[in-house]
Amino acid sequence: MKYLAAAFLLFIAPLIRAQETDLIGLVDSAGSGTKTAITGAFKSSRVINGHSIEFIGKKVLDVRILHRFGRVNDGIGELFGLDQASMRMGFDYGLGKNLTIGVGRSTAGKELDGFIKYRPVQQATGGKGASPVSVVLVAGSALTTAKFAEDARFTSTKHRLAYYSEVIVGRKFTEAFSLQLSPTYVHRNLVIEPTDDNDTYALGIGGRLKISKRVAFVADYQYVISGLNKDLYKNPLSVGFDIETGGHVFQLHFSNATGMNEKAFITNTTDSWGSGEIRFGFNLSRVFTIGKKKSKPIPES
Amino acid sequence: MKKTALTICILIVSAAAVPAQRYFTKTGTISFEAGTALEDIEASNKSATSVFDAATGQLEFAVLVKGFEFRRALMQEHFNENYMESSKYPKAAFKGRMNLQGISFQKPGSYPVTVKGTLELHGVKKEITTTGTLKVSGSTVQAIAKFPVTISDYNISIPGVVRDKIAKTALVAVNCNYSVLK
Repeated sequence: MKYLAAAFLLFIAPLIRAQETDLIGLVDSAGSGTKTAITGAFKSSRVINGHSIEFIGKKVLDVRILHRFGRVNDGIGELFGLDQASMRMGFDYGLGKNLTIGVGRSTAGKELDGFIKYRPVQQATGGKGASPVSVVLVAGSALTTAKFAEDARFTSTKHRLAYYSEVIVGRKFTEAFSLQLSPTYVHRNLVIEPTDDNDTYALGIGGRLKISKRVAFVADYQYVISGLNKDLYKNPLSVGFDIETGGHVFQLHFSNATGMNEKAFITNTTDSWGSGEIRFGFNLSRVFTIGKKKSKPIPES
Repeated sequence: MKKTALTICILIVSAAAVPAQRYFTKTGTISFEAGTALEDIEASNKSATSVFDAATGQLEFAVLVKGFEFRRALMQEHFNENYMESSKYPKAAFKGRMNLQGISFQKPGSYPVTVKGTLELHGVKKEITTTGTLKVSGSTVQAIAKFPVTISDYNISIPGVVRDKIAKTALVAVNCNYSVLK
């Protein structure tokens, strides 16, 4: 009897347990050990003014209409700035999951700009070599097409050009909170003020705090390290909300910057938050999926 | 007492002695349609993991919600961020049993089966029953099934602005090619 009980405990009990095992556990269960990309760090491909670590997706055309109104402190006579508007119309296209190109035209300075944005590293979880951050590279240029003054000394095309390049390192810390840093270099072939350098270095910081599934608080700041006359130029700061509806993202915000490309908002911001020289603005983004529909027929049963 | 213990022993040992034939796949396809006349919404996931026991009919599925691919990047983002909350609920799973009466895994052929079990989606567990087909050919088994999933059953809320674009019931299709699990 003793032996039998012992035999039961030793051999039979594990067998009974074995019968109850999770079947799926017999094969490597889905997900464990596989690398999963982290998506949705920001709702839009821009934090507010600057690029975010987000991409729009392959074969997606993102039509962007951006507005920056006049100064809020201009008062009721100007309807708190709403009587004036500066606008940028832009088209971004996703060549790949990690590659976007875009062009835009701003009314301020009749500026044409273009950029290429590439993500060599995407934040991921699980598996080997999963990166804790996303790394994005952006390079772009801006061309002023407004007429120069008649007495202008430098008027060739090269004097109208400016370039920028930036590295963005960002992380989605939690479902609600994302933060990114973006050192940026702007080179202007022609500067307006003699006290300015052709090369401007800035450090951008952008963050998002999700309030609900469809609304997020966003902030975007560029600290200009060198290259600009600090008495004249201010660091652009924008704070606002991303509101997402079906295929649109509305970004409503207040900012002291009017520029809507990297060169413009980093090197041309003269308004100051301290003096109440802030402007209301919005970014409207609508995406369209271009390209053939891949049919995925549901198999017959 | 001795006799009873012995009987139990023999019963269990003999039950365990029957080779439990199990089949598995890691590349099962699970797709769904949840579109309406206004919008095409469909997605598929080609890396579902599933195991079933040919002796007991016990059947399990596990799939990563993030693995569902949509034609539109934005839809995929909304699916993960707003509806399925896939960072919070990364997996969808099914645990159930197939009625294997009259099915011989030694004899090639197409057999209808009924499946009953619990589907876990978005952190909500719900009983479902569906019919499917098992196609046995040699050492592989193909399983095909289609069943409706009512979205509101799983605590997935659809906001008013897109309510007309998303079907209230998603039609889920399963297509798995199983091999013998050794």
